[in-house]
Amino acid sequence: MSHSTSSSHPATHAAVDRGEPMSGADILVTCLEREGVDTIFAYPGGASMHMHQALTRSKTIRTLLPRHEQGGGFSAEGYARVTGKAGVVMATSGPGATNLVTCIADAYLDSIPLIAITGQVPQHMIGKGAFQETDVFSVTAQVVKHNYLVLDVNDIPRIVKEAFHIAQTGRPGPVLIDIPKNIQQAITRPVFPAEVHLRGYDPIRRADDVALNELIGLIGQAKKPMLYVGGGVISGEASAALKEFALRTQIPVASTLMGIGCFPETHPLSLRWLGMHGTVYANNAVNEADLLIAVGVRFDDRVTGKISEFAKHGTIVHIEIDESEINKNKHVRLPILSDVKDALVRLNHLLDRAGKKPLDHAELTQFDAFPEWYKQIAEWRDAFPFTYDDTPDAIQPQYAIELLYELTKGEAIITTGVGQHQMWAGQYYKFDEPRTFVTSAGLGSMGFGYPAAIGAKVAHPDKQVVDIDGDGSFLMNVQELALAHIEKIAAKALILNNQWLGMVVQWEDRFYNSNRGHTFLGDPDDLNRIYPNYIDICKGFGVPCERVIHKKDLRAAMQRMLDSKEAYVLDVMVPYTEHVLPMIPSGATYKDVIYKGRQKLEAGSGL
Amino acid sequence: MRHTLSVLVENKFGVLTRIAGMFSGRGFNIDTLNVGPTMDPATSRMTIVVRGDDAVLEQVTKQLRKLVDVIELQDFSDDQSVDRELVLLRVCVAPETRGEVMQICDIFRAKIIDVQRHNLSIEVTGDDSKISKFIFLMEPFGISDLTRTGKIALARKAD
Repeated sequence: MSHSTSSSHPATHAAVDRGEPMSGADILVTCLEREGVDTIFAYPGGASMHMHQALTRSKTIRTLLPRHEQGGGFSAEGYARVTGKAGVVMATSGPGATNLVTCIADAYLDSIPLIAITGQVPQHMIGKGAFQETDVFSVTAQVVKHNYLVLDVNDIPRIVKEAFHIAQTGRPGPVLIDIPKNIQQAITRPVFPAEVHLRGYDPIRRADDVALNELIGLIGQAKKPMLYVGGGVISGEASAALKEFALRTQIPVASTLMGIGCFPETHPLSLRWLGMHGTVYANNAVNEADLLIAVGVRFDDRVTGKISEFAKHGTIVHIEIDESEINKNKHVRLPILSDVKDALVRLNHLLDRAGKKPLDHAELTQFDAFPEWYKQIAEWRDAFPFTYDDTPDAIQPQYAIELLYELTKGEAIITTGVGQHQMWAGQYYKFDEPRTFVTSAGLGSMGFGYPAAIGAKVAHPDKQVVDIDGDGSFLMNVQELALAHIEKIAAKALILNNQWLGMVVQWEDRFYNSNRGHTFLGDPDDLNRIYPNYIDICKGFGVPCERVIHKKDLRAAMQRMLDSKEAYVLDVMVPYTEHVLPMIPSGATYKDVIYKGRQKLEAGSGL
Repeated sequence: MRHTLSVLVENKFGVLTRIAGMFSGRGFNIDTLNVGPTMDPATSRMTIVVRGDDAVLEQVTKQLRKLVDVIELQDFSDDQSVDRELVLLRVCVAPETRGEVMQICDIFRAKIIDVQRHNLSIEVTGDDSKISKFIFLMEPFGISDLTRTGKIALARKAD
């Protein structure tokens, strides 16, 4: 009965939904099934194998074996980021659990619903320095939305229900459940609660009407308004409401890196994304706006630069579900504590009553609400597009991404590692839909890209999923090629291979007189050799791989990658001398932007 | 500026880890922290004295409220609450100073709870100003040890 679904454990009477006697591990799996979990990334060990035994009895949960717990965690995040549903990962105690910590911290900073389940040593061994014992509850306490150490087998149904509720509501985030082995083995008749009762947790936030009307009034007075929108719009499922709001008010939109895709980037009102490597025109517009409407954002340092100078002359309105984000980094004039979708839907209603219909045009300057402003923005946009110097034979990384955009018609789900390639992926691939750009933005975890692509592909098997990666990042979780191959998950990897840690090299060039501090990833004894050899590595994993060196060969090779029905790695050699531009040096302002050239800068105290 | 926060929390595993970790992880300082049971065995009350400007206090209270195990939070300013702290201290005495110490204890309504040949153990209860004044007066005699509960506070309520 342990693999039973909700239909097969009839309630003994109306009020109590009680199951047959079963082990804690089977109760856990039943609870996961009841939460609608269809996939779990799980790596077994001594303290978690009892739960794996229960997973073998599940008829509805697909258990995927990553080749490293960190890969499993990032895959679960990839799944969560493209679906909005909690991703689930499981690991054993000690090293299994600590290998998940980066993923949990990653989900925490990017507000991703993640359920991490860890085995723990039996309760009587806790605190004794037992084999593979780590106090994972304390280790993770500061990087979770909430966490649990299960002390009684009868608590499992309540805890699992609470964990999913907490992870997926309000501002989403990771929740960890640590389960000692003796509790996994204990037998009881579980009682499945119908509802969650948490008196310290109420995620429902609704804007008050006064504040929404005040915002409408501010828009009425504005001459240079801007929308600054982020990941909260995506996790709040508010993209459609945002688009309607932008079209009713005709206010231009700049997103954060996390917000990419929440407003169509090919729309004339889109100024793409802002921040350190965002568009000059988005940064100019946000900083020179007289009204800045910030929606589901957190005024991150990569967005604002020097915070005291950010959007200094504008009135700032902040619509946000997490009260602690309001006035945390930047003091705002009008805070609106609210679920962003609820606020936007009600704003749209108010605008409708005021006769503001959604109007759409093909060009920015055809909009008529703020003509002078559009003219200014159009001038910036024409003067400062994303640009690079193309070469006849060498493949520029930006070119490779533009080509991928062309060949996939902009319809792929793109994941990335962290570094230069990540910024170029954001710049040269354009995203029109939410949940199609999957990137480790807040924590900046190298090694994120390929396992995240696996998770995305598992969630959306019919979509093309491509990890745009760097050679440094890809190598960090290269072992996940085994999962992709064995489980026939056709996640593609496009490696922009420059043999260096490009982003650090770029900072060395700018701030450290190009002195190289362990940023070379190749073979210093043989500089003509490409190292490591991904063709050989992939061969070992049984994954097809091609290396491309000449531009003329790229299009056909990329098409072969896209046409492949299985996992595929395209190793594209690119020069390491390229810098990601534009660049606002950290701690500087939008006026300090470097648009072209290679000037050296003073190393500041920023990161 | 010092603030007294009264925080009602779930009496659950690890709640102190979460609260203490929130302070250390976000770079806030705790002056004193007191935890004790309430009338309801399922909850505990923490009284936390923090130092910081308005912006720090705003973040501290918001981050505390965000914790799932925090049920209720009150920020007491002076007129809304009464507060007390209990201090135990051991003061060195010689035959010629013992009388003076006992006299000061009388004035402060402090209790002498242990008497040795060369020291007295004293219990004193009061608000900030009384406690610091008492300690100030005891210092010249030599305080060989001291332990404080940290502040506890209760809201004033006119039924």
